[in-house]
Amino acid sequence: MLNLIVFIPLLAAIAILLGAPARKTALGAAVAGFVLSLLAFLSYDKAQGGFQFLSSHSIAPEWKLNYAVGADGLSLLMLLLTGIVTLAAIWVTPKIEKRENLFYACVLFIAAGAAGAFASVDLFFFYAFHELALIPTFLLIGIWGSGERHTAAWKITIYLGLGSFVLLIGLLDLYLAIPEASRTFSLIELQRLAAEGIIPAAAQSRPYFLLLIGFGTLISLFPFHSWAPTAYASAPTPAAMLHAGVLKKFGLYGLIRIALPLLPEGAKVWTDVLLVLLVGNIIYIGLVTIAQKKLDLLLGYSSVMHMGYIFLGIAAFNVVGVSGAALLMFAHGLSIAALFAMAGMLREKNPTLSLNGFGGVARSMPWLAFAFGLAAFASIGLPGFANFASELAVFFGAFRPAAGLSEANFQLATVFALWGVVISAVYMLRAYRAIFMGEPGKDTTSWIDPVKMMRWPVTLLLALLLIAGFAPRVFLAYVQPSVQALLPK
Amino acid sequence: MIPPLSLEIAVLLLGIGMLLVESFSKSDDKRGLAVTAITILTALVGFSFFTSGNATIDPAKAFYSADPTALFFKRIALITTVFVLVMALEYGSVLTKFIPGVTPGAGLGEFYSLPVFTCAGLMFMASAVDFLLIFVSLELVTISFYVLVAYMRRQSASLEAGVKYLIQGALSTGFLVYGITWIFGLTGETNLSAISQVLHTREIATVPLLFGIMLVLVGLGFKVAAAPFQLWVPDVYQGAPTPITAFLSVGSKAAGFVVLIRVLKPFVAVPGVGEKVIFVLAVMAGLTLIYGNLTALPQDNFKRLLAYSSIAHAGYLLVAVASVNKTDESIGSAGVAVAFYLAGYLLMTLLSFMVLIAVAKHSRGDDILHFNGLAKRSPFLAFAMLTAMLSLAGIPFTAGFIGKFLVFAAAVQAGKFVLVGIGIITVAAGFYYYLRVVAAIYWQAPNDDTPIVVQPITRCAVGVLAFAIFFFGIFPQPILNSLHNVPGPVVRSAQR
Repeated sequence: MLNLIVFIPLLAAIAILLGAPARKTALGAAVAGFVLSLLAFLSYDKAQGGFQFLSSHSIAPEWKLNYAVGADGLSLLMLLLTGIVTLAAIWVTPKIEKRENLFYACVLFIAAGAAGAFASVDLFFFYAFHELALIPTFLLIGIWGSGERHTAAWKITIYLGLGSFVLLIGLLDLYLAIPEASRTFSLIELQRLAAEGIIPAAAQSRPYFLLLIGFGTLISLFPFHSWAPTAYASAPTPAAMLHAGVLKKFGLYGLIRIALPLLPEGAKVWTDVLLVLLVGNIIYIGLVTIAQKKLDLLLGYSSVMHMGYIFLGIAAFNVVGVSGAALLMFAHGLSIAALFAMAGMLREKNPTLSLNGFGGVARSMPWLAFAFGLAAFASIGLPGFANFASELAVFFGAFRPAAGLSEANFQLATVFALWGVVISAVYMLRAYRAIFMGEPGKDTTSWIDPVKMMRWPVTLLLALLLIAGFAPRVFLAYVQPSVQALLPK
Repeated sequence: MIPPLSLEIAVLLLGIGMLLVESFSKSDDKRGLAVTAITILTALVGFSFFTSGNATIDPAKAFYSADPTALFFKRIALITTVFVLVMALEYGSVLTKFIPGVTPGAGLGEFYSLPVFTCAGLMFMASAVDFLLIFVSLELVTISFYVLVAYMRRQSASLEAGVKYLIQGALSTGFLVYGITWIFGLTGETNLSAISQVLHTREIATVPLLFGIMLVLVGLGFKVAAAPFQLWVPDVYQGAPTPITAFLSVGSKAAGFVVLIRVLKPFVAVPGVGEKVIFVLAVMAGLTLIYGNLTALPQDNFKRLLAYSSIAHAGYLLVAVASVNKTDESIGSAGVAVAFYLAGYLLMTLLSFMVLIAVAKHSRGDDILHFNGLAKRSPFLAFAMLTAMLSLAGIPFTAGFIGKFLVFAAAVQAGKFVLVGIGIITVAAGFYYYLRVVAAIYWQAPNDDTPIVVQPITRCAVGVLAFAIFFFGIFPQPILNSLHNVPGPVVRSAQR
């Protein structure tokens, strides 16, 4: 099943490149991917737990390298996120004027890369699949982007290339720190070895640092974030949705899946540094977000800012915090994808997306105003949405971090993070007021809501946010056992 | 089972035969010669899988070894020559413009037969375990390159390249021979394993020995284009006929590295000498990486860009050579890293040169801007170039990535974190200058809309190379299999 989830978009992309009808094939692949990931999610045996749907093919027996897929609760949640956002992203794509086939193929490659990374239980392919998205993003932004698209494309590609190379060095360092006899690429094996404390505490600090910088660059951890806002602002809608919604979660997923279980002592060494950086994400980037005058940049910065909360949950190193972070990854992915989808709809009316070019849009586009309001509330973290439930868990987790971590520092960071919620309320509500409220702008009165067909993807994303907000237990039941298994006893 | 030496003999006979046909044939069109050579060399690649192993000779008396490494590099030499000849066919029409007074297709016989001699030299180099054979085969390679580089007699750039290559090449040969004489004077041996035995049994004065090794390193540094002996590379690469540039950057580099590994093997295990040699190698690796990658950044001419990129890749290979360590595991072992990297480098460099020849012929220029809008003019060539650039930049699922992966695994294993740090910066630089070509191909509008047509044989070769890059990037095992018992330079000698 997982093989299908990975290979359907990949094969669809190749078929499109070879001349299959672009939109139909892409949409078909996205629907199939979504249905399959939902099926996998529902048919996962929670009582049994652990990794399921395993399948493995030997690639290089000499290195014990396998193409192996499998999923536990955490990866299933991420795969579900990938499935939904991919479907929504392809669905909301407007008519592509030039080189439609290449466009859809690139989008599908990104989706396949994300799905492959989350489904892999082999370190090598986990890394390699993520990189599959790099060049399609470069092409998507460079060819179909808006505004300063060439600058943005160069920036994201070089930054992410550099980040993933640091990550590669970190992973190599980690791999070679394992005693020669038990070296393996299998994540399941590694998780088992981690329980035995296979890497000596003294050798953990350097690989963790490299992983933190490497993954951190991919997640836009302050101060390695500056690629993200411009790239998201210039990227075509589906690329921004997939990148901000799904791909960025790869780094966080990697930290939870690899760095925490294998390098717990290393993590403790760098926790205080991480706390400072994540407060930088929340407060500094939060203030930068308030100053934005264009909707696309505002959303880009807000997505950078929210990474701070997820980092906080991961840094707390306890089950409550880390599973809160995992759920927040899911919630943030849905909400930012919905916001970027609607920003794309607004871009068709007002290409600059400059906040003072709108006004009174709620009158002419009531549905969009309503949906955007819901998504904005979700992004702020109001009760009823998944973001609230998960942020709450993060704050609880961080207030009482795992043993051996400085409680005072964490509580200080949590207080800063709480202020971050206020900051995000400020910029989101200001943006909402500028766009949808007040006197009608120049030609906003003639705008109309998107057709019903185009509303579905956003509705789907918002519905899931509400479901996960009212019944977070449903999703936490998947995440918590996995996190429990990953954290050192 | 075929005796291994018969491969070289067959290649030499083929070269001589081609020269004779060139001299005595009445027909002006010599393209049939190249096609014959391509067929025979391809067949020899196949035969190389059926060679019998080394006869049991005392390694201290042998001058020729047929171990798996040698066979591996022989295949690299053969495959490179095949693709170079394919390129030479595609390039023929350009070449005739710069050769005085011939009817189309004539005067190209030597252009097809000299690479075959170079190939024989490269194959001997892969097997050479004695300084004398190393020197003679190196000269066979270099001298045929002197002719080939300056082949376009009516183009001053080609002549300039020829002169530069000749002077620098002769100088470096001088260094190499002088170094060999010092080592011979100290040990009384030219055979590498005999030298190794002498070094382990007798006290040898360290300073003169180091002096000799350093002279040899200068000579080989020139061949593999390592800093600070790389200054000839950009001009020679840009001036030479493009197929020859490809041959220089792949064949001569591969052979240079196999010789480098073999020659260093006896010395790195000697206490008091080994560490110093490794240190010098590490410094060379760092310099080469920095020079190659940073000077590649502002290049606008694609051929020149590839010249700098070739220096850059020599840097990565030197990182692996300098990262010799005690592990025999294939991840983290320097010998496997060098061999795998070279195999990937062969595929991606040949592919980019092949596309360059096709595009340059139609666009009348080999600047990056001549690639503008290639995606519209020929999606096939555009995709092939994309593949080559991704592999050169080291993106996963390509052979280039596995090469980089192994090189840096070896470096991390050996604790060479300064080199790793330099590598991080240079890899980022590489992303920029390789993707600039991708940006030109996919982002820009074409300067002229005429579709590009290429000969079927070129099309076929491009397809094979692009496929091989992805195939070995996903399934590295076939290459690993043929590498079994690759001598990690130190591993073996440390055990001896």
